[in-house]
Amino acid sequence: MKAVITVTGKDTIGIIADVSGICSKYGANIVDISQSVMRDYFAMIMLVDIDGLNMPFTEFVDSMKRHGDTRGLVIHTMHEDIFNSMHRI
Amino acid sequence: MLNTADILETISMIREENLDIRTITMGISLLDCADSNEKRLCENIYNKITTYARDLVKTGEDIEKQYGIPIINKRVAVTPVSLIGGHLSPEGFINVAKTLDRAANTLGINFIGGFGALVHKGMTKADDTLLSVIPEALAETSLVCSSVNVATTKAGINMDAVARMGKIVKRAAYLTRDNGSIGCAKFVVFANAPEDNPFMAGAFHGVGEGDAVVSVGVSGPGVVSSAIKRAGDCDFQSLAETIKKTAFKITRVGQLVALEASKRLNVPFGIVDLSLAPTPAIGDSVAHILEEMGLESCGACGTTAALALLNDAVKKGGVMASSSVGGLSGAFIPVSEDQGMIDAVTCGALTIEKLEAMTAVCSVGLDMIVIPGDTSEDVISGIIADEISIGVANTKTTAVRVIPAYGMNVGDVVDYGGLLGHAPVIKVNTCSPARFIARGGRIPAPIHSLKN
Repeated sequence: MKAVITVTGKDTIGIIADVSGICSKYGANIVDISQSVMRDYFAMIMLVDIDGLNMPFTEFVDSMKRHGDTRGLVIHTMHEDIFNSMHRI
Repeated sequence: MLNTADILETISMIREENLDIRTITMGISLLDCADSNEKRLCENIYNKITTYARDLVKTGEDIEKQYGIPIINKRVAVTPVSLIGGHLSPEGFINVAKTLDRAANTLGINFIGGFGALVHKGMTKADDTLLSVIPEALAETSLVCSSVNVATTKAGINMDAVARMGKIVKRAAYLTRDNGSIGCAKFVVFANAPEDNPFMAGAFHGVGEGDAVVSVGVSGPGVVSSAIKRAGDCDFQSLAETIKKTAFKITRVGQLVALEASKRLNVPFGIVDLSLAPTPAIGDSVAHILEEMGLESCGACGTTAALALLNDAVKKGGVMASSSVGGLSGAFIPVSEDQGMIDAVTCGALTIEKLEAMTAVCSVGLDMIVIPGDTSEDVISGIIADEISIGVANTKTTAVRVIPAYGMNVGDVVDYGGLLGHAPVIKVNTCSPARFIARGGRIPAPIHSLKN
């Protein structure tokens, strides 16, 4: 199973390293990253494999959000099923 | 593989266009709670509801977190209470209402529906007793909703019941006069009431349903409105296609959440109600969809046609997205819960007569409409009779939830807060239908009810 993590906020050095580190710590394996910076505004979509998570998914969602808050970033984590349901028949 | 455009579209629907799951509603049968002893009956009801729906709120919150989509309400609908209280005194029925309220508070749910009766053809003693205490029950509880089915296309319209409804609405308004007559916001009169409707105030657990069932009501007027805006000045076929595609996507989310809730709660999946349910929030209005289609204001000539197109396209798009569609399924047009409707009434573009016409082509009916406090019982019964006739003649659900706000006159504004919103008092035709209503008996079923 996979999850989509979106990260937005003011661009600073090391955001990807930071978020990747947290993913690694919790056992989320990064499958794909799409990232861009527009006028100092950082936006990233990550696809992560969550089969190896070392905590329940809902706690992972909360942990990512809390970590984002401490860095001035908005981090949302959503299970891939909502995207698959909406866009695949 | 997911592509970025799809991901961004979904996220934008949720965060910017107010896409949400409006309600997860668990229907629970109370038929096996019946008991000759009132205390035991109340105990049975409390225990069954708090056992079956014990994890409803937490499950809703967990699913909300998992998929990142807001789930606004968690509710319970029960068997119409008149069916299990044959011997109860008026006080007994009020105690059942208080028991429902207590169970709802214990569970932490938003509303509990089903304190009602099905009297479309006739009335049992229990129905009669329950109807006599609806205003008190609404005034003495906070989370209990009540609905009464007074007509079906098969049976015709029980006009004795319609006459009673006017009195009930007025008394409920009086008893809750200190809170803008909010009791009336928790009471709805139906024709052809669906047995699997997850939306309040009209949700109840039909007698044809199983022991328990989980249904989901989706929403998303803002998403439809944005899609129409992006489509620009296209022709009507393209407009309908745009709405269908959007409704499909919205309903797929409802189906996902319904199946997940059913699995986690270990209760069978019932239906997805693919309704466009507005809220007073900016960008979450059905009226604004109609205006986006090209009307200067909701209520303008052309409004009924626009709404008919919208309602039909929502159903066509949604029906393929779910394995089981039910409930009300269509566009809701409550006044107080829709900022566009509020604005249209305030500027005089939208009248109660136009709203009545609109209900012929969409789901529900005259909903959350605040009328002058001095409107007579007979006029309210007349409003109900008209609206119910539309449902009976067109083989569809219609309903009336009007609020004769005590002490309020045309032009005043009543504020209920939260999802119930606020509304200007609307003008009502005050010519008396008293002699018509007083005839009593039943308006016969229309000829097209004889389908066998």
